[in-house]
Amino acid sequence: MPQDCCAPEGNVMILACSGGSNVGQLSNQAAVELTQEGFGKMFCLAGIGGHLNGFVQSAADIPQMVAIDGCSLGCAKALLEHTEIPNKSYLVLTDLGIEKNKDFKLKREEIEKVKKAIREVCNQEQAAIPMAEAGSSSCCG
Amino acid sequence: MEIKVLGPGCPKCEATEKNVKEAVAESGLDARVDKVTDVMEIAKYGVFGTPAVIVDGEVKSVGKIPGKNEIKTWIEQQH
Repeated sequence: MPQDCCAPEGNVMILACSGGSNVGQLSNQAAVELTQEGFGKMFCLAGIGGHLNGFVQSAADIPQMVAIDGCSLGCAKALLEHTEIPNKSYLVLTDLGIEKNKDFKLKREEIEKVKKAIREVCNQEQAAIPMAEAGSSSCCG
Repeated sequence: MEIKVLGPGCPKCEATEKNVKEAVAESGLDARVDKVTDVMEIAKYGVFGTPAVIVDGEVKSVGKIPGKNEIKTWIEQQH
Protein backbone atom coordinates (compact mmCIF):
# COMPACT_ATOMS: atom_id res chain seq x y z
CA MET A 1 0.00 0.00 0.00
CA PRO A 2 1.43 3.38 -0.86
CA GLN A 3 2.11 5.93 1.82
CA ASP A 4 -0.71 8.21 2.80
CA CYS A 5 -0.49 11.50 0.99
CA CYS A 6 0.63 14.48 3.03
CA ALA A 7 1.91 12.36 5.91
CA PRO A 8 4.25 14.66 7.83
CA GLU A 9 6.45 11.80 9.00
CA GLY A 10 6.96 8.11 8.49
CA ASN A 11 8.95 8.43 5.29
CA VAL A 12 11.68 6.02 6.39
CA MET A 13 11.50 2.81 4.39
CA ILE A 14 12.10 -0.11 6.77
CA LEU A 15 13.39 -3.33 5.22
CA ALA A 16 13.67 -6.32 7.57
CA CYS A 17 15.29 -9.63 6.66
CA SER A 18 12.41 -11.35 8.52
CA GLY A 19 14.48 -14.54 8.50
CA GLY A 20 13.93 -17.94 10.13
CA SER A 21 15.59 -17.32 13.48
CA ASN A 22 14.97 -15.25 16.59
CA VAL A 23 17.00 -12.37 15.21
CA GLY A 24 15.27 -12.54 11.83
CA GLN A 25 11.89 -12.39 13.52
CA LEU A 26 13.11 -9.64 15.86
CA SER A 27 13.91 -7.58 12.78
CA ASN A 28 10.40 -8.22 11.51
CA GLN A 29 8.66 -7.44 14.81
CA ALA A 30 10.64 -4.23 15.29
CA ALA A 31 9.76 -3.15 11.74
CA VAL A 32 6.07 -3.86 12.35
CA GLU A 33 6.00 -1.94 15.64
CA LEU A 34 7.94 1.05 14.30
CA THR A 35 5.45 1.22 11.43
CA GLN A 36 2.54 1.09 13.85
CA GLU A 37 4.17 3.84 15.92
CA GLY A 38 4.53 6.06 12.83
CA PHE A 39 8.32 6.10 12.82
CA GLY A 40 8.55 4.71 9.29
CA LYS A 41 6.94 2.28 6.90
CA MET A 42 7.85 -1.36 6.60
CA PHE A 43 8.26 -2.32 2.95
CA CYS A 44 8.43 -5.67 1.21
CA LEU A 45 12.03 -6.86 0.91
CA ALA A 46 10.82 -9.92 -0.99
CA GLY A 47 9.30 -7.68 -3.66
CA ILE A 48 12.67 -6.03 -4.16
CA GLY A 49 14.41 -9.41 -4.17
CA GLY A 50 11.94 -10.60 -6.78
CA HIS A 51 12.96 -7.64 -8.92
CA LEU A 52 9.37 -6.42 -9.10
CA ASN A 53 9.65 -3.09 -10.85
CA GLY A 54 7.48 -1.00 -8.49
CA PHE A 55 9.32 -2.27 -5.41
CA VAL A 56 12.80 -1.81 -6.87
CA GLN A 57 12.06 1.71 -8.14
CA SER A 58 10.52 2.66 -4.78
CA ALA A 59 13.65 1.56 -2.96
CA ALA A 60 15.86 3.35 -5.46
CA ASP A 61 13.97 6.64 -5.08
CA ILE A 62 13.42 6.75 -1.31
CA PRO A 63 15.67 9.26 0.50
CA GLN A 64 15.59 7.46 3.86
CA MET A 65 15.91 3.72 4.22
CA VAL A 66 17.08 1.30 6.88
CA ALA A 67 17.92 -2.33 6.18
CA ILE A 68 17.89 -4.70 9.14
CA ASP A 69 19.66 -8.04 9.09
CA GLY A 70 19.28 -10.48 11.94
CA CYS A 71 22.77 -11.90 11.60
CA SER A 72 26.06 -11.32 9.85
CA LEU A 73 25.09 -13.51 6.89
CA GLY A 74 23.63 -10.22 5.66
CA CYS A 75 20.80 -11.43 3.42
CA ALA A 76 19.07 -8.02 3.27
CA LYS A 77 22.34 -6.29 2.50
CA ALA A 78 23.18 -8.82 -0.22
CA LEU A 79 19.73 -8.48 -1.73
CA LEU A 80 20.09 -4.72 -2.00
CA GLU A 81 23.51 -5.16 -3.56
CA HIS A 82 22.08 -7.56 -6.16
CA THR A 83 19.45 -5.02 -7.12
CA GLU A 84 22.06 -2.22 -7.09
CA ILE A 85 20.15 -0.18 -4.53
CA PRO A 86 22.34 1.96 -2.27
CA ASN A 87 22.04 0.79 1.33
CA LYS A 88 21.60 3.96 3.36
CA SER A 89 21.31 2.84 6.99
CA TYR A 90 22.16 -0.64 8.08
CA LEU A 91 21.90 -2.69 11.25
CA VAL A 92 22.87 -6.26 12.17
CA LEU A 93 21.08 -7.48 15.28
CA THR A 94 23.75 -9.89 16.46
CA ASP A 95 26.06 -6.85 16.59
CA LEU A 96 23.79 -5.58 19.38
CA GLY A 97 24.80 -8.58 21.49
CA ILE A 98 21.68 -10.62 20.74
CA GLU A 99 22.54 -14.27 20.25
CA LYS A 100 21.07 -16.02 17.23
CA ASN A 101 18.95 -19.08 17.95
CA LYS A 102 15.73 -20.79 16.89
CA ASP A 103 13.61 -19.61 19.81
CA PHE A 104 10.71 -17.70 18.28
CA LYS A 105 9.37 -16.57 21.65
CA LEU A 106 10.65 -13.04 21.23
CA LYS A 107 11.68 -11.13 24.33
CA ARG A 108 10.11 -7.72 24.87
CA GLU A 109 13.40 -6.24 26.07
CA GLU A 110 15.15 -7.39 22.90
CA ILE A 111 12.40 -5.96 20.67
CA GLU A 112 12.76 -2.62 22.44
CA LYS A 113 16.55 -2.79 22.14
CA VAL A 114 16.26 -3.36 18.38
CA LYS A 115 13.72 -0.56 17.93
CA LYS A 116 15.96 1.85 19.83
CA ALA A 117 18.95 0.89 17.67
CA ILE A 118 16.94 1.35 14.46
CA ARG A 119 15.78 4.80 15.58
CA GLU A 120 19.36 5.77 16.39
CA VAL A 121 20.84 4.63 13.08
CA CYS A 122 18.04 6.37 11.17
CA ASN A 123 18.45 9.58 13.12
CA GLN A 124 22.16 9.58 12.29
CA GLU A 125 21.31 9.24 8.60
CA GLN A 126 18.56 11.85 8.75
CA ALA A 127 20.99 14.38 10.17
CA ALA A 128 23.10 13.96 7.05
CA ILE A 129 20.23 14.43 4.55
CA PRO A 130 19.27 17.89 3.28
CA MET A 131 15.74 18.90 4.37
CA ALA A 132 14.33 19.07 0.84
CA GLU A 133 15.50 15.58 -0.01
CA ALA A 134 14.38 14.08 3.29
CA GLY A 135 10.84 15.33 2.76
CA SER A 136 10.51 14.49 -0.90
CA SER A 137 8.33 11.43 -0.50
CA SER A 138 5.67 13.42 1.25
CA CYS A 139 3.41 14.90 -1.38
CA CYS A 140 2.27 18.13 0.20
CA GLY A 141 4.48 20.09 -2.07
CA MET B 1 2.30 4.62 -25.47
CA GLU B 2 0.47 4.75 -22.17
CA ILE B 3 1.63 6.85 -19.24
CA LYS B 4 0.01 6.68 -15.82
CA VAL B 5 0.49 9.20 -13.03
CA LEU B 6 -0.33 7.62 -9.68
CA GLY B 7 -1.47 9.88 -6.87
CA PRO B 8 -4.53 10.78 -4.85
CA GLY B 9 -4.59 14.42 -5.96
CA CYS B 10 -2.09 16.28 -3.81
CA PRO B 11 0.02 19.21 -5.10
CA LYS B 12 3.05 17.02 -5.91
CA CYS B 13 0.86 14.60 -7.83
CA GLU B 14 -0.68 17.45 -9.80
CA ALA B 15 2.75 18.94 -10.54
CA THR B 16 3.90 15.55 -11.79
CA GLU B 17 0.88 15.20 -14.06
CA LYS B 18 1.53 18.70 -15.43
CA ASN B 19 5.18 17.88 -16.16
CA VAL B 20 4.22 14.61 -17.85
CA LYS B 21 1.63 16.27 -20.08
CA GLU B 22 4.02 19.06 -21.04
CA ALA B 23 6.84 16.59 -21.74
CA VAL B 24 4.56 14.55 -23.99
CA ALA B 25 3.40 17.67 -25.85
CA GLU B 26 6.96 18.93 -26.29
CA SER B 27 8.26 15.57 -27.48
CA GLY B 28 5.58 15.40 -30.15
CA LEU B 29 5.13 11.69 -29.54
CA ASP B 30 1.78 9.96 -29.39
CA ALA B 31 1.07 9.05 -25.77
CA ARG B 32 -1.99 8.78 -23.59
CA VAL B 33 -1.71 10.17 -20.06
CA ASP B 34 -4.01 8.79 -17.39
CA LYS B 35 -4.21 9.84 -13.77
CA VAL B 36 -4.81 7.06 -11.25
CA THR B 37 -6.27 8.27 -7.96
CA ASP B 38 -7.81 5.08 -6.58
CA VAL B 39 -5.67 3.87 -3.67
CA MET B 40 -6.34 0.20 -4.31
CA GLU B 41 -5.42 0.60 -7.97
CA ILE B 42 -2.23 2.44 -6.98
CA ALA B 43 -1.35 -0.37 -4.57
CA LYS B 44 -1.26 -2.87 -7.47
CA TYR B 45 1.95 -1.25 -8.69
CA GLY B 46 3.80 -1.97 -5.44
CA VAL B 47 4.97 1.59 -4.99
CA PHE B 48 6.01 2.90 -1.59
CA GLY B 49 4.68 6.40 -2.14
CA THR B 50 3.17 8.86 -4.56
CA PRO B 51 3.41 10.51 -6.98
CA ALA B 52 4.61 7.70 -9.21
CA VAL B 53 4.96 7.58 -12.98
CA ILE B 54 4.40 4.45 -15.06
CA VAL B 55 5.42 4.30 -18.72
CA ASP B 56 3.99 1.33 -20.62
CA GLY B 57 3.67 -0.64 -17.40
CA GLU B 58 7.14 0.17 -16.08
CA VAL B 59 7.49 2.18 -12.87
CA LYS B 60 9.88 5.04 -13.61
CA SER B 61 9.76 7.18 -10.47
CA VAL B 62 8.29 7.04 -6.99
CA GLY B 63 7.70 9.70 -4.35
CA LYS B 64 9.11 12.66 -6.23
CA ILE B 65 8.30 15.11 -9.02
CA PRO B 66 10.30 14.10 -12.09
CA GLY B 67 11.55 16.91 -14.32
CA LYS B 68 10.34 17.31 -17.88
CA ASN B 69 13.71 16.37 -19.36
CA GLU B 70 13.79 13.16 -17.32
CA ILE B 71 10.27 12.30 -18.47
CA LYS B 72 11.20 12.99 -22.10
CA THR B 73 14.11 10.55 -21.76
CA TRP B 74 11.74 7.83 -20.56
CA ILE B 75 9.21 8.29 -23.33
CA GLU B 76 11.84 8.56 -26.05
CA GLN B 77 13.45 5.33 -24.79
CA GLN B 78 10.12 3.54 -25.07
CA HIS B 79 9.61 4.64 -28.67
